[in-house]
Amino acid sequence: MSEAGTLRAEPIAGGAADGSGMATGDVAARPGDHPAAGAGPHEALLCVRNLTVRFGGVLAVNNVSFDVRRGEVFTLIGPNGAGKTTVFNLISRIYNPTAGEISFEGHALTHAAPHRIASLGIARTFQNIELFEHATVLHNLLIGRHTHRRTGLWSDLFFTGRARRAELEAREQVEQVIEFLDLQHHRDALVAGLPYGVRKVVELARALCTEPKLLLLDEPSSGLNVEETEDMAFWIQDIRTDLGITVLMVEHDMTLVSKVSDRVLAMNQGEVLAAGTPREVQNHPGVIEAYLGSVEDVSTLRRGR
Amino acid sequence: MRFLFKTDYGQDIALARHGGHRFWYGVLLALLLAAPWLFAEYWLAQLTFVLIYSIVGLGLMLLAGFTGLFSIGHAAFLGVGAYTQAVFVEMGVPFALALVLAGLLSAAVGVIVGLPALRVKGIYLGIATLSFGFIVEEVLARWESVTRGNTGMHVKAPDLFGLKLDTAASFYFLCLAVTVAATLAILNLLRSPTGRAFVAIRDSEISAQSMGIHLARYKTLSFALSAALAGIGGALYAHKLSFISPDQFNILQSIDLLLMVVIGGLGSVHGAFLGAIFLISMPQVIALSKDWLPPAIGQAPGLQALVYGAVLIAFVLFEPLGLYGRWLKVRTYLQLFPFYRRGMFRRQKTFQKSERVR
Repeated sequence: MSEAGTLRAEPIAGGAADGSGMATGDVAARPGDHPAAGAGPHEALLCVRNLTVRFGGVLAVNNVSFDVRRGEVFTLIGPNGAGKTTVFNLISRIYNPTAGEISFEGHALTHAAPHRIASLGIARTFQNIELFEHATVLHNLLIGRHTHRRTGLWSDLFFTGRARRAELEAREQVEQVIEFLDLQHHRDALVAGLPYGVRKVVELARALCTEPKLLLLDEPSSGLNVEETEDMAFWIQDIRTDLGITVLMVEHDMTLVSKVSDRVLAMNQGEVLAAGTPREVQNHPGVIEAYLGSVEDVSTLRRGR
Repeated sequence: MRFLFKTDYGQDIALARHGGHRFWYGVLLALLLAAPWLFAEYWLAQLTFVLIYSIVGLGLMLLAGFTGLFSIGHAAFLGVGAYTQAVFVEMGVPFALALVLAGLLSAAVGVIVGLPALRVKGIYLGIATLSFGFIVEEVLARWESVTRGNTGMHVKAPDLFGLKLDTAASFYFLCLAVTVAATLAILNLLRSPTGRAFVAIRDSEISAQSMGIHLARYKTLSFALSAALAGIGGALYAHKLSFISPDQFNILQSIDLLLMVVIGGLGSVHGAFLGAIFLISMPQVIALSKDWLPPAIGQAPGLQALVYGAVLIAFVLFEPLGLYGRWLKVRTYLQLFPFYRRGMFRRQKTFQKSERVR
């Protein structure tokens, strides 16, 4: 495995050096520039290269490149409309990129069918929860096991011994996730009757049920209170350390971001502003400008008064 | 109130969840088996129609109630099944084989109709299936060399492996067997990955897809299974009526079928049966009440259509969960007495649905 990883890592490092870094602007900690990029644990799991998508006249994502290394928590930040969720939708193939490449473990995602993404090992949650409302929590999680189904239509229709065994096994797997995220209490509740905070956790649980290698979390803390956000931070850390799942997330809560992220990529208006450790990015002048406005903006305000 | 203490996963996937289920469904089955000796021939015929419509209803429930795809042309599948059965039985094909062929041919037609469903949804799918219904009705009327057009076809009593099922009771048992088999198949499907994939597509296509569900395949499959059940129901319907003509499979029939699943309660297997009972018993009730009503109302043409329409509007307004939903509420009221709250079954609005990725 590590051998294959080293082999795959080489073209990645090469790809980063081919001048694409120039266009992305100020990218501080590009894995390609990193000397240890080829080593086992730092191998890039997901590579995004020069990704561009255009909706009519709007450049939603403009020439974005980044690598997510195996076993890290990588966060996309940026003001509203920066194109973070669009990047997620490009990775999960809801949108087609206008230009650029996305590769996951050496597979080119840009030509994979949308439903194939889950079986490659990428699971996601949605910014505005997309659960199966009129099914129980347990059923939601079992749907998460869909990529692992081993029965066909006919064994399902007759519920053969094989289907029964597969069902029992799926429940065992799901039960582990329920235990991991403390959802025992809500197991048989309909999602439609659950409070927002619990739905958020159920969606995370459903994503974990697919046994992903890469987990895409779109604003995991949005709509959660302080306590629930802290729980979410613990879970993200546990998902990384205990389950060994790489996490790519979009998040606004900088406390959560600095607590759990290894690296952060800041975006604005579809372009990469800065990348690096949470501290580096937070202190980056471009990022401060994007969030707070520039000194000139403030002075124009003063003149107007 | 019954509390279930689950001690193994097997309990979760069992069809009968507890002793109460086993007892009451056992009683129901016993009653149905004893029906030919309990009821007069006329009522047995009505019960046979309930069973036939239940089979069709199960199919439409799978499509509309569990996959979220509405078909306003379902009578077309009924017609395809009925005519396939009639034509093959006349050619001398054994009954059982003809029944399977009726199901298969309807399924094949269902796949064709399912194709637009991959592109359009909601009201547009309704329009597509509606026009398909008209096309099939027209084909049945015009393809005279096979269907004999508007003169219609006579269908003989079924001949099951040399056993002539020409009495009302024997045909009733045949319908009962098919209904039980269809119900078990649907229940099995719903407790396995295929059925869950349908439910996932109904509730959120976008996340179903990101969970790895092949939308096109499962939507087509749902159409095929639904059409197959409608086709089998249609084949039995042809035998029961012993005469079929294209106008039996027109838009009114389609609307009746849709009415059946909506009034029964979308998204529940019980709903298909309750809807079928409603659909068959309602004309009887109207006919009986005609004598009691003043002649100006009782003898007015279109009374049935008016009552159907009013009932449908009432259900959509006051009980969107249908008859089965009403039963659930009554049951919960009794179980929790006196702690039932009015808003218990009220669903929260699906808040913050993302519009962008839809």
